[in-house]
Amino acid sequence: MGSTIVSGFRHTLITGDKTYHQITEDLCRPAEKVPGLAWIGAFIVAVSVMSFGLFAIGWTIYYGIGTWNLNRTINWGWDITNFVWWIGIGHAGTLISAILLIFRQWWRTGVNRAAEAMTIFAVMCAGLFPMIHMGRIWNAFFIFPYVNTRGPVWPNFNSPLLWDVFAISTYFTVSILFWYTGLVPDFATLRDRSKGLRKYLYNIASFGWTGSAKHWQRWESLALILAGLATPLVLSVHTIVSFDFATSVIPGWHTTIFPPYFVAGAVFSGFAMVLTLMLIARKILHLEDYITINHIESMNKVILLTGTIVGVAYLTELFISWYSGYVYEQFAFFNRATGPYWWSYFGMMFCNVVSPQFFWSKKLRTNITFTFFLSILINIGMWFERFVIIATTLARDYLPSSWSLYSPTWVEIGIYIGTFGLFFTFFLIFTRVAPVVAIAEVKHIYRYAANQFRERNNIGHGRACENDVPDHDSDDFNADHSDDHHGGESHQQLKAEEASVARKAPVTDTEVRDNLKKIEGIGPKVEQALNAAGILTFRQLSVAEPGYLQKILDEAEGNFAGNIPDYWPEQALLAVEGKWIELKAWQDKYKHGRK
Amino acid sequence: MSKKVIFGLYSTEEALFSAIKKAKGRHLEIDDVFTPFPVHGLDPLLGLKESRLHIAGFIYGLTGFLTAFLGMSWVSTIDWPNIFGGKPYWSVPAFVPIMFESTVLFAAVGMTVTFYVISGMGPGVKNPVLHPRITDDKFCISFSADEVGEGVAESFLQETGAEEIGSKTI
Repeated sequence: MGSTIVSGFRHTLITGDKTYHQITEDLCRPAEKVPGLAWIGAFIVAVSVMSFGLFAIGWTIYYGIGTWNLNRTINWGWDITNFVWWIGIGHAGTLISAILLIFRQWWRTGVNRAAEAMTIFAVMCAGLFPMIHMGRIWNAFFIFPYVNTRGPVWPNFNSPLLWDVFAISTYFTVSILFWYTGLVPDFATLRDRSKGLRKYLYNIASFGWTGSAKHWQRWESLALILAGLATPLVLSVHTIVSFDFATSVIPGWHTTIFPPYFVAGAVFSGFAMVLTLMLIARKILHLEDYITINHIESMNKVILLTGTIVGVAYLTELFISWYSGYVYEQFAFFNRATGPYWWSYFGMMFCNVVSPQFFWSKKLRTNITFTFFLSILINIGMWFERFVIIATTLARDYLPSSWSLYSPTWVEIGIYIGTFGLFFTFFLIFTRVAPVVAIAEVKHIYRYAANQFRERNNIGHGRACENDVPDHDSDDFNADHSDDHHGGESHQQLKAEEASVARKAPVTDTEVRDNLKKIEGIGPKVEQALNAAGILTFRQLSVAEPGYLQKILDEAEGNFAGNIPDYWPEQALLAVEGKWIELKAWQDKYKHGRK
Repeated sequence: MSKKVIFGLYSTEEALFSAIKKAKGRHLEIDDVFTPFPVHGLDPLLGLKESRLHIAGFIYGLTGFLTAFLGMSWVSTIDWPNIFGGKPYWSVPAFVPIMFESTVLFAAVGMTVTFYVISGMGPGVKNPVLHPRITDDKFCISFSADEVGEGVAESFLQETGAEEIGSKTI
């Protein structure tokens, strides 16, 4: 058994009084009970909307692309706008599951499953648009390089449009593998709880999972490597989508800033969509204990970061177009802001640059209603961004005689709305057949993220505490210096927790105690004071903030004016690593434990 | 080939770990351990070797990389040379995105399929489930009746505080 440092700076990720069994019950319930009226109503609406979309698609295929309002000047309109928008939304899932796994951000466990599902459905919606846009959709398979009877004629490997085909189909495939492999153990949980036909179906879905230690080891290894592969993959997808524009010679598109700017925008819009969906799902499926205010705040921080990157990119574009001295480039941006589509430009600027800045305020960041409102605003803003880049730019090209305007027909609008129907139909089915929150992964983080353990061990009050928990990734839990926070909701839970703390919790406190007096500057009295504050080991001391140690000394009885804790963590780190000779040398070099 | 296993369920990781340690101390060979979620620290205790899945992943990735690189090179220089934008036939930088995507695709698909095959899993496969609570909240140790002996296994499980003891022929 290794030991895990549970830092007081880490957020509570599971609230309420939970046992492993309770987690199973809570998270399986939505898939096991008979759907409520809200679900049935939503499903009927989603299927109807999807059907209208399918009708519009059928109309397009039957009568041809002429049913859209595209023209010679504006040859990419709502179709490509919607394609890029949906693909962007499809970025949050893999980001949450892959990049946050590599960075050991465990709050991902609350939302990764749903976000990955959302990714897959969003990519499906996105993929529809270029396929329909091809015109003769029955020849869509021509885009793949296969040995054919036409020469063989190969696709153009130098074209970003073909790179897109590879990027998106790879992304779709890898996302499904990642998502499904994560689902297998949870399907097994559902299988072992069900009877009859459900058991039969879940047995097929669970691939015969048993939970053997060796399988878990391989499963974790697979998840980590898939995450490692998916991380550059997710960045590559929107990079390549941006190449569709950036490798052209259209003013306003031909810019090198596009790849990072598109990726940031994609993550930005993806997180907004995750929030929109999860805030509803959390309420309806009663997942408040697993998707806490801390999860929402973490996502809002990502939105703030990526939104700000997007804002900087917009301003950089403006500056560079002016600084380039290239009149066509200058005109493109002047036209975006003051031309016939000025409203979409200002919509984009307001929704994407101004609105996320509200999240600097912790109060707004942790306000659910405000977050929901803002997530919708960002979804709209990011749609405007793609519309501005595509239609607005094309509307005013080099030849004023060819200038044109564009507004969609009912067919184009119908297909766009239809993709919402498709998206929500799939998402609603998903909530009925699979656990929306990854059960096994939540149980895995339970030991240090659940409220009752944290309360019991006095974590969450700025104290570091050592638990003998079977986990050896102790480097995951190095204290970061973010604020110590209990969300408004978890505060309400605290009262209930206090009662539950008395219940027998299956955690064993360690009896390990280090001789802290080995640190220069710590005497018996100081050691006593530190022990009283919960610091028993070198390891705890090594991750403590000097300011916090000072506070302990200030509050303890006795005069510790001569004890300066500034270099205690540094020394303790040497002790943790067993570098006693180096520690001795350090202490000889800096007398009295001061530099 | 069917074998009989004796298994015991524990409700905490601590109980599981101490039982495994005791079994090792007494040289009782554990057949398998089942947990509801990945429990870290179990692999070294059970003497499980590190998974070699990543080596397979590397080989698959390399295959994908070479397939894309050689395929595109062959197409654009030998099979059907074409000039695009005044660039040379063999315009390698333009191949990079597809080479990257194929590497990832081959590695991911290959590894996932390998994982299921070597673990004896797949759609519709029916592996014996010792107890339905294993995928819920119980930690399970199983002994092979032939290796350890039924009586020894049962008394060991009882002694280490297993909540439930059962046997199954698998």
